[in-house]
Amino acid sequence: MSTETPLVQVTDLKKHFPITKGIVIQRQVGTVRAVDGISFSIARGETLGLVGESGCGKTTAGRTLLGLYPSTAGQVDIDGHDLTHARGKSMMEIRRKAQMIFQDPYASLNPRWTVNAIVSEPMRVHHLINNEKDRQERVKELLTLVGLSARLVNRFPHEFSGGQRQRIGIARALASNPRFIVCDEPISALDVSIQAQVVNLLEELQDRLNLTYLFVAHDLSMVRHICDRVAVMYLGIIVEMGERDEVYEHPLHPYTKALLSAVPIPDPRKERARQRVILTGDVPSPINPPSGCRFHPRCPVALEKCKTETPVMKEAAPGHFVECHAVK
Amino acid sequence: METHKLIEVKDLETQFHTPEGIVYAVNGISFFVHEGETLAVVGESGCGKSVTMLSFLRLIPTPPGEIVSGQALYREKDLLRISEDEMEHIRGKEIAMIFQDPMTSLNPVLTIGRQITEPLHTHLGLNKAEARDRAIKLLLDVGIPDAARRLNDYPHQFSGGMRQRVMIAMALACAPSLLIADEPTTALDVTIQAQIIELVAHIRQHMNMAVIWITHDLGVVAGMADRVMVMYAGFVVEEAHVEELYDNPRHPYTHALLSALPRVDRRRDSRLKSIPGAPPNLLVKPHGCPFAPRCEHTIERCGNENPPLQKVAPEHFAACWVDVRTGAPK
Repeated sequence: MSTETPLVQVTDLKKHFPITKGIVIQRQVGTVRAVDGISFSIARGETLGLVGESGCGKTTAGRTLLGLYPSTAGQVDIDGHDLTHARGKSMMEIRRKAQMIFQDPYASLNPRWTVNAIVSEPMRVHHLINNEKDRQERVKELLTLVGLSARLVNRFPHEFSGGQRQRIGIARALASNPRFIVCDEPISALDVSIQAQVVNLLEELQDRLNLTYLFVAHDLSMVRHICDRVAVMYLGIIVEMGERDEVYEHPLHPYTKALLSAVPIPDPRKERARQRVILTGDVPSPINPPSGCRFHPRCPVALEKCKTETPVMKEAAPGHFVECHAVK
Repeated sequence: METHKLIEVKDLETQFHTPEGIVYAVNGISFFVHEGETLAVVGESGCGKSVTMLSFLRLIPTPPGEIVSGQALYREKDLLRISEDEMEHIRGKEIAMIFQDPMTSLNPVLTIGRQITEPLHTHLGLNKAEARDRAIKLLLDVGIPDAARRLNDYPHQFSGGMRQRVMIAMALACAPSLLIADEPTTALDVTIQAQIIELVAHIRQHMNMAVIWITHDLGVVAGMADRVMVMYAGFVVEEAHVEELYDNPRHPYTHALLSALPRVDRRRDSRLKSIPGAPPNLLVKPHGCPFAPRCEHTIERCGNENPPLQKVAPEHFAACWVDVRTGAPK
């Protein structure tokens, strides 16, 4: 890891959602511990992959990180600004520097707005360009940058395909000249032949604009391709984190091992010869996570103490962190 | 090696009449499945893979859909010509189907028990107690613990993976000879996907059932299919045994799809090879090869004539005017 200060620093971030009962008099009957204490940092120009199954809290983590959900506890620093205590002007400054690309290119664009209105909104909100004509020039520039024709500025979202809509979403995210972008499953709604186009575009933009990405995804093959480091989440916590090839070639946590062994490989001979670690059961509810190690009810190598003692994060190899009793 | 064809579809053409015009969804495709075999049908959304299966099961809403021509021979019967009564006897009993989203295919206001015993009453004529016993056994077979109690639960009380198991149990209720699985694992997590694939593979072997597995995931196909059929814009563009197809793809689309995939088992060496453009608009009657506008090997002929599916190696068929290995016209 580089010695300069990371662009994004997250310390013990938590996001709990209350479960309430009653319509007039609401009382809290439980808590969904969606994100339950995660810490990581992302260096400038780096891509960190956040992977895990549905319900593990990866999307909530990405959103809380940008202040879209107020955090329950913990600290987030983005480019020297403390997001958890930011209000007013400093909050706007963080919002300008940190943007998001959403999963569903159909739901994340306002169907009644033209491409021009959609892509220029961040510039209007942040008063970056106050002249309508210059703004439209900048929109055209951004569209060209993401591989769309500048002639399309006055079209509506329904006139575009899924891949093109995702490009519009990317152009919007770039409109405020951000340093950091949270990509929340940006390709999972797209067809295979279009996924590669969008991933290549994200990589080109990163090189040209020196962007830093948090890439939230469940597609482990794509994460290995695009990310420098990966963090594996399970039930609201990070169980393993490290350099991409280190984690994929020497996974330490039993959950990471199972997850990696479940990813199909497009090679019939290799695929048939593989030994899978098939996990039994489903992911438990984050309302009442299991005691001790959260993975112990499904873990193939669980020890007696896993049921009671919560493991702590340790550095098993340089830069390779894991939270498991069975790893020495 | 069994060579008996369980089902053979010939020149199937399905169109939809919409206010925007005719959608050319399936454009004269032919294929077959041997008894006990697993055929994977691969393609992107809108390539006609689901419509093909729904067509020969006669589940296409008509109108707007219309099966323009074709035959679907199942045990000497043409499924497109037999009476609706006969069809109802085959559908659900001899040919069963499971879908991508189990939540929308299960009735949310009926218990699982009620839904799973229904085909047992109608197709097998079992009485209430017999059907209940059989239902419990089926649920246990697909790995649902505490099955007797769970019969009284409603679909929303099951997780996504468990719902898909319920769907599979319902499909297997009458021991079908053909199971059509339409992207059954797409909505599931990888660890649950692995469970479901293993379950279907186990049952298939156990019951000697043929499977048509519709998917867009070339990784899933590699592990479970015997033969693969690749579809694009309502046409079959390539068909071969699974190993032959991955070792030696002969259609530019298959080739491009395989090289556009990142691999979990390999270090990254370069940017992904992407396929430019987007799939064609099906409202326009296909003229020439449908893949030509996105293809890197296009020659003049591709724009004028649609290549037929031709034999390129033993049991390997591809629809292309060009030899992808050399880039030269055939």
